[in-house]
Amino acid sequence: MGRHLSTKLLSGLALAVTIGATAIASPASAASLKMAWKQDATGLDPHKQTAFSSIRLLELIYEPLVRFDKDLQIVPAVAASWEFAPDAKQITFKLNPSAKFQDGKPVTAADVKASFERLLDEKTAAAARANFLSIASIETPDQATVVFKLSQPDVPLLTAMASINAAIVPAAEITAGTIGTKALGSGPFKLDKWEPNSRETLSANKDWAGGKIAIDGIDISVLPDETAILAALRTKQVDFALINDPLVATLVPKETSLVLNRTPVLAYHVLQMNPSRKPMDVLAVRQAISCAIDRKDVLDTASVGEGKVTGPLTMPGYTSDASTLFCYKQDIAKAKKLMADAGFANGFTATVIAANGEPATAAAEAQVLQSQLAEIGVKLNIKMMELNVYVDAWLKGDFDMAVALNGGRADPYSMYNRYWTKTGNLQKVTNYIDDTLDGLMQKGRVETDPAKRKVIFADFEKHLVEVAPWAWLYTSYSYTAQQKNVQGFVPTPEGSLFGLSKVTLQ
Amino acid sequence: MNYLTRRLLTFPLVMLGVSILVFVAIRLVPGDAITAMLGTEAGLLTPAQRAALSAYFGIDKPILVQYWSWLLGVLQGDLGISVIHGKPALAIILERFPLTLQLALMSMCVALLVGLPAGVFAATRNEKMSDLAVRIFAMIGQSTPNFVVGLLIIYALSAGFGILPTMGEFTPLFTDPLRNLGQMILPAVTLGFAFASSVTRISRSAMLDVLSDDYVRTARSKGVPKRSVIWRHALPNALIPVVTLSGVEFGYLLGGAVLVEQIYALPGLGRLVLEAILQRDYALVQGCVLFIAFNFMVVNLLVDLAYVTLDPRIRLGESK
Repeated sequence: MGRHLSTKLLSGLALAVTIGATAIASPASAASLKMAWKQDATGLDPHKQTAFSSIRLLELIYEPLVRFDKDLQIVPAVAASWEFAPDAKQITFKLNPSAKFQDGKPVTAADVKASFERLLDEKTAAAARANFLSIASIETPDQATVVFKLSQPDVPLLTAMASINAAIVPAAEITAGTIGTKALGSGPFKLDKWEPNSRETLSANKDWAGGKIAIDGIDISVLPDETAILAALRTKQVDFALINDPLVATLVPKETSLVLNRTPVLAYHVLQMNPSRKPMDVLAVRQAISCAIDRKDVLDTASVGEGKVTGPLTMPGYTSDASTLFCYKQDIAKAKKLMADAGFANGFTATVIAANGEPATAAAEAQVLQSQLAEIGVKLNIKMMELNVYVDAWLKGDFDMAVALNGGRADPYSMYNRYWTKTGNLQKVTNYIDDTLDGLMQKGRVETDPAKRKVIFADFEKHLVEVAPWAWLYTSYSYTAQQKNVQGFVPTPEGSLFGLSKVTLQ
Repeated sequence: MNYLTRRLLTFPLVMLGVSILVFVAIRLVPGDAITAMLGTEAGLLTPAQRAALSAYFGIDKPILVQYWSWLLGVLQGDLGISVIHGKPALAIILERFPLTLQLALMSMCVALLVGLPAGVFAATRNEKMSDLAVRIFAMIGQSTPNFVVGLLIIYALSAGFGILPTMGEFTPLFTDPLRNLGQMILPAVTLGFAFASSVTRISRSAMLDVLSDDYVRTARSKGVPKRSVIWRHALPNALIPVVTLSGVEFGYLLGGAVLVEQIYALPGLGRLVLEAILQRDYALVQGCVLFIAFNFMVVNLLVDLAYVTLDPRIRLGESK
């Protein structure tokens, strides 16, 4: 017995030593930030990639003309300054003379022109092209000046330009056809190695015009399970990590050596109704559904309270007090009356679609909504789908209702013109538009006075909630976790990792 | 024509069937490479943009034309180019396969080293407390999903002892054996856990059958020591079902262990094929499935050949 016990102890010790030895022996340079995320980039073409995971990588390598700061104010990137013409039909950029690509060549007006021409070329197949259709021509009076002439006033264009989908790439690389196979930007880090779905190695760009970078680089590992990411943080294998699941995020503060960054984001959780299908074509039915939902309960149950109940406008400067919006306080009696008025006193049956794990709370949200809507006789059948299957059904508008997490933008027009204008690309998904919504969106597009824009979009939000094609639920947080020796990271509402360019390792 | 030749001749036919099945199945699933790349933003594309992307992904031609040109490539050893990796599918599969093979072999070792002695031990203590204990453990092992075992191990090691195998950066066996084993031992134990339980159960019941055979009784009555009766006389005859089970399990494992690879962030075949399916990387999905099917057939053939070695009475392919 004693011999057996000591054999077991020795075996256990040997296992611990083997694992411990490998865990300690990390080849990464001491000044490189070791980072982990669950989902890897799916490609390197900044104009084409729209996945959150790709954007997070590409914004470390490439730069647009302008970018957002932590308060979503527009600040210089490749451009040092910019100016709208009074009629909002022209915008002129002066480029930063120190801006250089990672091969040492300067960023010129010709590169900016070539980048936007590539973006607008239908052959490039950039989804972001839809945001830049007002650009009629691009002029380059000198090496450091770019003038965009617009076919119509387009104030939100500047915020659309702050996206990595409008990154400035070298004109020579466009001609060579290497965009997407080789990553050469003007951003803070150079991509040295990319093994898709496995790891990336980035090194600091010593010539970066944005300033000195305190770390040597970033070694990114793809760890598909977030519990494993937390374990890797706990054992100091990882300095910094992205976390998607609020349940995992809430465990981070319990570790004394870790810090959790928790930032409200622009993306919003929503129950989309399909007004092209009966009975959601009836206003009273949609309103009844909106009134029957206890949004706070959805947030608390599905997302452990990690977020905030929201109306359609999630961006700072435009958000309103959600409690003042139509039926944002659950009112079952009113909901039942609306259902009865619409001729559905006994309720109806509908199917709600949701994507597996996208977001992590999707199934739980659908279940809470199912139980809440049962109170007014609406029997919801939940259909969980693989993400790509869900996207296919969503794009075809092939659903009664859909639980969704939709991306937000810093400007209300850029955020919603695809859905709530008569020419919106995603009208076949929303299946609802009226003159008021379209009219307010067009007014917002041309208005340059921020105070007046705020009033226009407040009216837009109020009307949108009242006609209830969708029931907006809540916004959540983006999470990053880091060791205490990682200092200087500033998170943003878009979930950008650009703040890693200012990080130091103490 | 002998058995081996006939079995080998069926390989191309099975592979052809598998190739048609996977080619059609992955295209029948809603969503395509464009929606996989762009998500809901795909709705912003104009028809011309969609056409340009379809041409880029090679999905713009009729399915028969796509299949024919892919098949011609396969016959020349070209499984196509992965659009995500930008490399030939075969090269990526061959990069990932050594890890999967190593994981399969290590977990099979864990399973046999634990499961076989446990099964034999339980059979010799039939219906005693120790037999019951082994059976309970085997039942727990079989009914606990391996991702639960994996997560528990990771949690216990990281929270309890502050250690964890290096994750996200795999070291091949021949580059640094110690580091490699440090990374592989826990996944192998995780995977071997349920496998060992199956081996325990099947070897126990096979041993019980054999131990009641006449020749075992004869050996015992002639005074052959108990240990020799069990290990030399009975066990070899109880091995056939164990070999069958191990062969089938090993064949599955060569297709990759998706959950365990996900939890331990191992870049094996399982994760590769999962990511390829999620990203609708058609060439890679087709290549992986063909490769896995081929491995499965080879393992099955080897299992059949092993029967002959274990039991000379078996004559493969002979009709009675």
